Amino acid sequence: MARTFMKGSEAVAEAAVRAGCRFFAGYPITPQNEVPEYFSRRLPEVGGVFVQGESEVASINMVYGAASTGVRSMTSSSSPGIALKSEGISYCAAARIPIVYTNFARGGPGVGSIQPAQMDYFEATKAAGNGGFQMIVLAPSTVQEAVDLTVKAFELADRDRNPVHILADGVIATMMEPVELPDMMPEEKVKEIRESKRKWACVGHELDYKNRAWIEPGHWLTSKQQECNEEAAAMYEEWKKKDVMVEEYMVSDADIVLTAYGISGRIAKSAVELLRKKGIKAGLIRPITLNPFPVEAFEKLDYSKVKAILDVEMSIPAQYATDVEAVVRRRCPVEKCLCSGGNIMSREAVIDAVMKIAGQEA
Amino acid sequence: METNLCVAGFGGQGVMTLGKFLASATCDSTDKNVTFFPSYGAEQRGGTANCYVVISDEMIGAPLGDVMDDLIVMNGPSLNKFLGTLKPGGRLFINSSIVKDKIERTDIDIISAPVTELALEMGNAKVLNVIMLGVYVGYTEVVAPEIVWGTVEHKLGSKPKLLPLNKAAFDKGLEIGRAARK
Amino acid sequence: MAECLYSRTKTIQEDKVSGFCPGCMHSTVMKLIGEVIDEMGIIDRTAAVLGIGCCGLQMDYMAYDNITSPHGRACAVATGMKRANPDTLYFTYQGDGDLASIGLAETVSAANRGENFTVIFINNGIYGMTGGQLAPTTLFGMKASTAPKGRIAEEHGYPMHVCETLNQLTAPQYLVRTSCNTPQNVMKTKQAIRKAFEYQLAGKGFSLVEIVTSCPTNWGLDSLKALDFLEENMLKEYPLGVVRDKG
Repeated sequence: MARTFMKGSEAVAEAAVRAGCRFFAGYPITPQNEVPEYFSRRLPEVGGVFVQGESEVASINMVYGAASTGVRSMTSSSSPGIALKSEGISYCAAARIPIVYTNFARGGPGVGSIQPAQMDYFEATKAAGNGGFQMIVLAPSTVQEAVDLTVKAFELADRDRNPVHILADGVIATMMEPVELPDMMPEEKVKEIRESKRKWACVGHELDYKNRAWIEPGHWLTSKQQECNEEAAAMYEEWKKKDVMVEEYMVSDADIVLTAYGISGRIAKSAVELLRKKGIKAGLIRPITLNPFPVEAFEKLDYSKVKAILDVEMSIPAQYATDVEAVVRRRCPVEKCLCSGGNIMSREAVIDAVMKIAGQEA
Repeated sequence: METNLCVAGFGGQGVMTLGKFLASATCDSTDKNVTFFPSYGAEQRGGTANCYVVISDEMIGAPLGDVMDDLIVMNGPSLNKFLGTLKPGGRLFINSSIVKDKIERTDIDIISAPVTELALEMGNAKVLNVIMLGVYVGYTEVVAPEIVWGTVEHKLGSKPKLLPLNKAAFDKGLEIGRAARK
Repeated sequence: MAECLYSRTKTIQEDKVSGFCPGCMHSTVMKLIGEVIDEMGIIDRTAAVLGIGCCGLQMDYMAYDNITSPHGRACAVATGMKRANPDTLYFTYQGDGDLASIGLAETVSAANRGENFTVIFINNGIYGMTGGQLAPTTLFGMKASTAPKGRIAEEHGYPMHVCETLNQLTAPQYLVRTSCNTPQNVMKTKQAIRKAFEYQLAGKGFSLVEIVTSCPTNWGLDSLKALDFLEENMLKEYPLGVVRDKG
């Protein structure tokens, strides 16, 4: 298939349209303004709807509404905007409404810097809103992967009737790379998916109390609320069995294992290549799903041989590392190579950190 | 084989477009990996603008590196900001119409072209970036010149009136670049 | 032979009883909405977007599709629904705190875009479910649990007039204020709801029916005294009538 040279934010939007997304609402925030801009041009061409909301809060609630009518719907933002969307995200999770949303993260906290960062790991994987709900969280490391995961995100969202979160960053949003785009979903298929949700979609039903659509982001009865929470918890457990995605690169004989997700993951991978050329046995575990976490990839390491694990992360303090430490359980040291504030991880810094562990000068 | 390039100048000098032309040409006509990464700030206008292009036979890690193989500077502030990132043996392309500073480093190749003046002579100040693109491609041949021109031609497709001027600008640059290589 | 003079609207479930306080007008308004839906024969293409608070209590016994929106966001949720699915009639059902305080941006923005849905706005000048706190529409002299001395202009500003505020915008189609204090006004409210729904079905854009109601519980009055208070005070501050009707 032909390669197209595309900006990450536009490639994600195009992939969404090709995956049958027909509604997008968003609010401007750097570094992902090309997402709403692209949708505003593209969606009318395919009979879809774009709305620039009056705020992030309004935008996520528009998506909550649109998805409740059965239409594949999406929103996107960057860190402070994602925080504002947490209200609507929690409602979607509570009411089990399938939506997809992307965070092209920037430096934090507060308004932070507008440059790329990985400061929203805990927010994405642990507490994206009130109430302890969870989502499948996907972390692309290239524009191509962002495209592929966007398509996957819509499938997972519909399968589970649950929000799916793509945690990317400002590099993925603004960089251009060659991509192979998926085929356009045929219009009949788009309609079929929408029709398949009609039973629960809030679109009007014949007079029959039992069969009306009732989108409930909460329950008066505590017993019903507990029942829904138990159902959701069981679904989260299922994800651990069937939905983990991870890239393991040169891990089998590695004595220093790097681990990183997203943009740091690809930088770490290129560092591994250079380290191997220097004769250092480095490898990489790169989670593609941050939730469910790739526990098994760490479980199967031979800790009698692995000297250390190196967390490579654009967050100070480290966040992803805490999940790594939790699965490694002190079987080997977990060292850290960190940057933050909008600075992009330096491959040379990663190599230096590995050389230090290996006891060699860079 | 990996080539890291940083292009820097004033906003409005077509720095981003230069980088995008080169990166798009690589994507369209080779099977190499390539990334284009714009450095973005809060301002819409003014200040310095810069972008990074990485072209590689291997997978690309970061779309920008700490150490540059090549550097194109279109104004003085960019020279001060980025000269230190150029590796020993690296190649520095200078818009000598504006950048008058004496370069202290002797461990690099310096290719000068007065692209602002040349563009004005050609009757349109805006083509300075296309001249510089020609200089860069003519000197480095990182991508074949005709492929790069093909991409420029394609991107300007909606404005055919601008094609002859841009072709002349690109060829002018190529000529300077090739001459500098000898 | 017995003649049927009145039967309850089918849009209210037969075996359900509303959970509203005595003298509350929510149940009256819901009955009117149900009757309008019955008469128009549109139950199979109608859905309600419910605000937070007492407005949401209807979800258990009205027969139409419904979704609960986050506090204040009903107009954003309805925007998404109507745009994605224009064939269904959507109305929001919101109180004064929901619509005019936490949701003011969503309300004004949806009205300004001329979104083609209907807002049913229940204005009783106080927060109901949370227990009588100060609302944007609380009157001077009305005590609230967060304003023990009542509304004070220097501290709280003035009662907000939603219809008049939205009347500054170009897009809205229909803005009207009614009440349910007399049989005549109940009928006028029903007519206003019907007109708003008909405008929506005709694609005419944003309509808002503000209904001035009583909240005996949080006003600290019995049902009849609450009605007197409504007539003597609320209707003076919030005069009834059509604020805009583009026709």
